[in-house]
Order: sequence, then structure tokens, then C-alpha cells
Amino acid sequence: MYTQLLANLAILVLAGFVGFAVISKVPNTLHTPLMSGTNAIHGIVVLGALLVLGNLPADAHWGVRIIGFIALVFGTLNVIGGFLVTDRMLGMFKGKKVPKKDDALPAADKAKEVTK
Amino acid sequence: MTYLVDGLYILAFSLFIYGLSGLTGPKTAVRGNWIAAIGMGIAVVATLIKIRDTAPINWILIVAGLAIGVILGVPPAKKTKMTAMPQLVALFNGVGGGTVALIAWSEFIETKGFSQFKPEQSPTIALVVGSLFAAVIGSVSFWGSLVAFAKLQETIIPKNVEKAFVKGAKLFQAANIVLLLVAVAVAVYIGLNKGLAEWWIVLLLVLAGIMGLFVVFPIGGADMPVVISLLNAMTGLSAAAAGLALNNTAMIVAGMIVGASGSILTNLMAVAMNRSIPAIVFGSFGGGETGDGPAGGDQGTVKATSASDAAIQMAYANQVIVVPGYGLAVAQAQHTVKELADLLEARGVEVKFAIHPVAGRMPGHMNVLLAEADVEYDAMKEMDDINGEFGRTDVTLVIGANDVTNPAARNDPSSPIHGMPILNVDQSRSVIVLKRSMSSGYAGIENPLFFLDQTSMLFGDAKKSVSEVIEALKDL
Repeated sequence: MYTQLLANLAILVLAGFVGFAVISKVPNTLHTPLMSGTNAIHGIVVLGALLVLGNLPADAHWGVRIIGFIALVFGTLNVIGGFLVTDRMLGMFKGKKVPKKDDALPAADKAKEVTK
Repeated sequence: MTYLVDGLYILAFSLFIYGLSGLTGPKTAVRGNWIAAIGMGIAVVATLIKIRDTAPINWILIVAGLAIGVILGVPPAKKTKMTAMPQLVALFNGVGGGTVALIAWSEFIETKGFSQFKPEQSPTIALVVGSLFAAVIGSVSFWGSLVAFAKLQETIIPKNVEKAFVKGAKLFQAANIVLLLVAVAVAVYIGLNKGLAEWWIVLLLVLAGIMGLFVVFPIGGADMPVVISLLNAMTGLSAAAAGLALNNTAMIVAGMIVGASGSILTNLMAVAMNRSIPAIVFGSFGGGETGDGPAGGDQGTVKATSASDAAIQMAYANQVIVVPGYGLAVAQAQHTVKELADLLEARGVEVKFAIHPVAGRMPGHMNVLLAEADVEYDAMKEMDDINGEFGRTDVTLVIGANDVTNPAARNDPSSPIHGMPILNVDQSRSVIVLKRSMSSGYAGIENPLFFLDQTSMLFGDAKKSVSEVIEALKDL
């Protein structure tokens, strides 16, 4: 049992270094999406909620069931909300600028001519 | 079957790491996010396989819980405006922390106060220490994030109440130190004494919750991005602790990656503001001791300008640098500003956007808002890249930014923000500041920039002012 604990602690430490390594290359511009992305990833707590609910015996007290259920709803919110929000923000940076820019400039010129 | 589950977990966290490393560049980021999301889906499926033999009532609750989470989560994630993203991220972060706190609570109940263990569970010490740590940090993160959400939402907490909180910062800090000591003592007591009554864990959660409230209540708006990032890192750490308690590799890895990267990110931001994290959490200038700056008011007079003068100035410039701040986001002026930039560029003026690392209410928030308005990624310049250019810039247009342009940070040692890296706007040949009124910035500090000879002020709502400048430009 304690070898497992040791293994888990080793994983914990290594994961910490991976976290350090990944972030060190991110430009300021992407800090918000990155924070949002890591926010989505700690939605992994939903697994904990699933395990807690799943391990409850059939005759468990209703109080602990409610706690587990709320935990699951919260965790799911974290995951779903986190990934969708990150996707929306990153979508802003994506290459939609090329076609749009071509329309935008003539449109602005046209507007200019109308006002003249 | 355990091999399958463990194998899927390994696949899942590999995808997290691969996906996150994709977030380092704008081209690979969208894909990276989806790769991480697929990893999450695999991890959830693996867990469902693991608990497949559970009681039917549990299955009903699991399906219902997942469904309700999705139904509640999708609409705000899809519809919330980009300006309101910081509070939404705070909220999603908070519910994650809440999950961890509730997991710890139910672990306490199920093991009858850490006195009865099942053979398949984690080693006792990991379960007890992990759960207690998760309880404290999770609860701090949940309640702290809720306050952060309420503060950023701005309409929930009345302004005068918030001012009183910020004023009483010292009191909150003293209370926090006491709370922290009591919470640690309670946690140690619970850990050493098996089979305590349930109210002990509730007491611990409440103490940590009050601590979370007290930490975030007195924090000023300028420090908010750092706090959100800090809370994000804390939720990650608490998830890792819960992973140790539940002996779940995926939770340990994912939680720790977030904990580590979040801590670094928090530190990077704090450095960008020349503040240390303890100084933000335990001391505050986000209000409180304002007015210590070099005497407000008697620094000379400000020059007001008109939209048409501003238009002429910019139309005949070689280079214009736009410095956007939160005021631009509040006025929803990002699209209008982009239109202005396009018009100027059509006249051969070079337009760049100078973005301070903490502009907006979240690090990188301003970049997201400008990207929403189709400003090109390459036109957005980071502080260190553009600071050398102000000297040969004809016009700098400051829109709703204040503290990040304050030259006092560079040359007035008595200023509370002295030493904070700023955009050297005052070095450009002329500066036009779009501002609602002469009130001071979020940090409540007077800005000598407004009183310089080359500075002129264009008062009014940012969006309206920019539209007027655009009209004037079209008439030129």
C-alpha cells in the first residue's frame, strides 16, 4: 500500500515540473486563454465526485448522497464551462482575419464615400 | 478491467499535457484545447467504467448530475460577453473548488471521521492528509472565487460597502492570520483523532470558507487578475490533494499541472505589477491608503481637446500607438477602435496596440477583446517590445487606461505604484487621453501624465469619443 503512496507522490512531483515547463513558453497575449484552459483541466475533480457517488453503498445516508450529487453538478459545470469558454476565447485569435479584413476595408471606404 | 481504467487515465493525462503545450501559440491553441477536452472525456468514461457496478440509485444520480451540469454550464459559456469573461472564469473556478471541498466532506462521512477504511482505499495517511488539505483549500477557493465573481460583476456588491471592505483591509488581514491558525489546528486535531463527529469537518469547511471571503473582500480591482489566477492554482492543488486521497492518478497529474502552472502564472503577473503575492494577499494598495501620491489636483491644468483636433493630429501622424485599458472594454469600444485603426491605416498611418500585461481584468484579457474585434495578432505589442517605440511615435491614444501609463511609477519614489513596470506613454510626441472624467484610476492614484504639455484630454464615453473621431476623420 505504501509503495503506491510513494508512486503517487513521485507522480505528483513530476507533474509539478511538467506544469512549470509547459507554462514557461506562453506569451502574455495568451495568458487569459491559458488560465481558462488550466481552469478547465482542474475540472478533473469531476472524477472525484463520480468516485464518491459510485462508491456509496446502496443503503448510504441521503445526506452524503446529496453532497456527492452537488459535487458532481459543480464538477461538470467546471469542465463544460471551462472548455467552452476557452474555445470561444481562442476562436477570437484564429485566422478569421484574412477574409474579414478584405471586406472591412472597402466597406470603410464605401462609408467614406457615402458621407462625402 | 483495472488495467483498462488505468491505461485510459494515462492516455487522458498525456492528452492534457499535449493539449496544454498547444496553448503556447495562437495557431495550435484551439486544437490544444480540444485535445485536452477529449482527454477529459476519456477520463470521465474510464471512471464510469470503474464504478460500473454501483447501486442503481447512484447511477440515476450520476446521469442526472452530469446532465444538470451540462445544461447549466453551456448557456453562460456560450453567451457571456467577452468583457465579462473574468467573472465567468472565476465562477467556473469556484465550483471546481466547491467540488473538492464536498468530496472531502463526503470522504469524512463515509470513513466515519477517518476511522473505518475499506481495503481498496488509499493508504490512511494519504486519505486523511489529502482530504483535510483538499477541504481547506477547496473551501477557500470556492468562497474566494464567489467573492471575486461578485466584485467583478460590479452590480452585486454596493460600491460603498466595497469601499468599506477595502478600507478595513488591515482588519481582514489580522482576522485571516487568526483564522488560518485555527483552521490548521482544527485540521490537525481531526487528523489525529479518529471518529470525530461530523460537525468537525463542517467547522473546518466553514473556517476555510470565511478565510476565502476575507482574503478576497479587501482586494482592490487592480489586483484582481492576480487573485483569480491564484485561486485557479489553489483549485488545482486541492484537486491534486483529493487525487491523493482517492488514489486517482488522473486527478493527481491534472491537478498538479494546474497547481504548478497556475502558481507560475500568478507570479508572472505579480512581477508585471511589481508586487509580490504575499503583498497582494496580505497588504493592499488597491484602495485603503490612497491619496498619498504627490498631492492631487495642484499639478497644473489639463488641456481638453476636441474630436476633430484629435482626428487631424492622428491623420497626419506617421505612427499611432493605441493604449487600451479596461475603460475601453467597459464602453464596448473595441470594434469602434478597430474601425479607427483601419481608417488610419488606409491613410498610410502605422497603427500599433500597446498592451500592458495586466490591462483589463485578467492577464491577456485585452488581447482577447481586441482579437474579438479582428485586430491582428501581430499588431498587438507586449510592453517590453513597444516601450522603445514611444520616443518616435507621433500620437499615442490612451483609451480608458490609467495606472499602467502613470509615469510616477517610474520617477516618483513616493508613489504607491513606484516600480511597477508601465508603458512609457509620456515619451511620445503627443498624447491624447480618452477618459470619462478626471477621476483617478482603479488604484485611486493621481496620474501626472494628464498634466504634461504634450497631453490633451478628450472627455466622454470612450465609444462615443472614438466614433466622433472617426466621423471627423472621414470628413478630412
